[in-house]
Amino acid sequence: MILKKRRRFSLFEAVNTIIMIAICFITLYPFWFVLINSLNSPEQAMLGTVNWFPEQFSLASYSVVFNDKALMHGFLVTILRTIVGTLVHVLFTAIVAYGMSKKYLIGQKVYMRIALITMLFSGGLIPSFILMTKLGLYDHFLVFIIPAMYTFFNMVIFMSFFRTIPTSLEESAKVDGASDYQVLFRIVFPNSMAVLATISLFSAVYHWNDYYQGVIYIYSQENLPMQTILYKIVAENAVSFMQQQAMAQFGARLPSNSIKFASMMVATLPILLFYPFIQRYLVKGVMIGAIKG
Amino acid sequence: MIHFEKGRLRSFFKQWQLQSMVIPGIVWMIVFCYVPMFWLIIAFMDYSIAKPLFQSPFVGLKHFQDFLTDERFWRSIRNTLGMSSIKLLLGFPIPIFFALLLNEIRRLAFKRTVQTISYLPHFIAWTIFGGITLNWLGEGGVVNQLFMMLGLQDREILYISDPKYFWWITYFTDTLKETGWSAIIYIAAIAGIDPQLYEAAELDGAGRFQKMWHITIQSIRPTIAILFILAVSGMLGSNFEQIFILENNMNIKMAESLDLYIYNMGLVSGRHSFSTAVLFVRSIIALCLLLLANYTSKKLTGDGIF
Repeated sequence: MILKKRRRFSLFEAVNTIIMIAICFITLYPFWFVLINSLNSPEQAMLGTVNWFPEQFSLASYSVVFNDKALMHGFLVTILRTIVGTLVHVLFTAIVAYGMSKKYLIGQKVYMRIALITMLFSGGLIPSFILMTKLGLYDHFLVFIIPAMYTFFNMVIFMSFFRTIPTSLEESAKVDGASDYQVLFRIVFPNSMAVLATISLFSAVYHWNDYYQGVIYIYSQENLPMQTILYKIVAENAVSFMQQQAMAQFGARLPSNSIKFASMMVATLPILLFYPFIQRYLVKGVMIGAIKG
Repeated sequence: MIHFEKGRLRSFFKQWQLQSMVIPGIVWMIVFCYVPMFWLIIAFMDYSIAKPLFQSPFVGLKHFQDFLTDERFWRSIRNTLGMSSIKLLLGFPIPIFFALLLNEIRRLAFKRTVQTISYLPHFIAWTIFGGITLNWLGEGGVVNQLFMMLGLQDREILYISDPKYFWWITYFTDTLKETGWSAIIYIAAIAGIDPQLYEAAELDGAGRFQKMWHITIQSIRPTIAILFILAVSGMLGSNFEQIFILENNMNIKMAESLDLYIYNMGLVSGRHSFSTAVLFVRSIIALCLLLLANYTSKKLTGDGIF
């Protein structure tokens, strides 16, 4: 340790620092760009120039977005599916994983094999689509919840975590006459808060961001999640309808870009706001997953 | 088979609580994983979704012959392999470089900030990320403005509508979105290296790059190997959410990956049996690749992937 000299700030370190700052800039600027353009006045946003700050501050685009019934309904669908979907996924997967974590469970090896095969081979899109149709889940809100109730990967994460909890805790509760469910809910879950939080966050981010399920399985307006509507606005230029409404409402011509940016901002803001507080748990999650791999 | 001896059956019922936790999971897997596998059988039928399964006629390998002679199928194979190869050859090393460079940052607070920022895009939906991409690459978009300002081009180029740019767009957007997140695993592997190795190397007079090459890279080699094998085995897949939002009628020639082809044929054109035939072959090849990856990993590191 004595041999370690304190070196000066070398050329390499200077270049490296600049590279890192550049990476941060490239990562953050797109979101800043969306933010300032959504806050720009319609005339300015139409020019589409690269800016650092809004030239003329205006909330006109946001008022179009928040007055758009379809998008706001989609927002509610997304919130609902995020809450329900996450709760159901975490509870269901964790309960299955707790059973699986007991090596003395009769049939455990067979169950594990059944679970493992699902990771290796799958029916894929078309058979799943037919299945959802036959189950009556097509165009139904539950298509967001039930097929996403369980994933093999998260089950393995829960299972390996539960196995690290000292069995003495569970055994002493059993001696006192607790049932398996009581042990799970009163002892195992309170000792697994970190992993429960991590998996919940991953599940919530998935439900919040997913637009694909909505594209494939949802037909009617009332079940469309926000991201699927946003997909239509962004990729299919469905913005023109909103624009017409806006024109009728405000008289002014709002450029479609600023409406696009405002809807994108509304859809990402919750993630951007929570991100600094939750990112620690997200990284922890990938670590637990990687160790098991 | 489970042997239903008396004792075993009795203890099975004794554990009914634990069994009642697992069995719903098994039922879920049977319904949502095994039933779709069984439905792959419609690849050999002329299936109509309105009729019960076995009222549709068996047609043997007709759909397989059809897609094997479909030029669009081969185009989708070319696109999938093209995009995967670019991602693999040019994209795979980037998170490793990033992890190595980040490791050289000595100020902990700065290092942590960079890392936190770097994996933010992973959690942003493709609708947002794709929306920004479409806007920036479009007419009068940021990319055109920037390149014209730098004198790299003298007039606007419609990057998103020109098929020849599509593979590169998927590569660049994927790199921007996922580099930080993919680097986490390398950063963790680097953090696990014994610091005594570096001290010993310093005593021997090793410089920064020598240490990087002889210690850091050598120590994380198993991690690199496993992730590389996994990446190779996933080459038939494509990022559907990414391609689906960036693709349009003008760039479809280079954009339609195998998965998008299956989607377009099956759900847009309604040719369920035909698409399922493609899926069937795709699933089997994917399985073989995965088993091969597992075998290779076992040979190389003594440990399987699963």
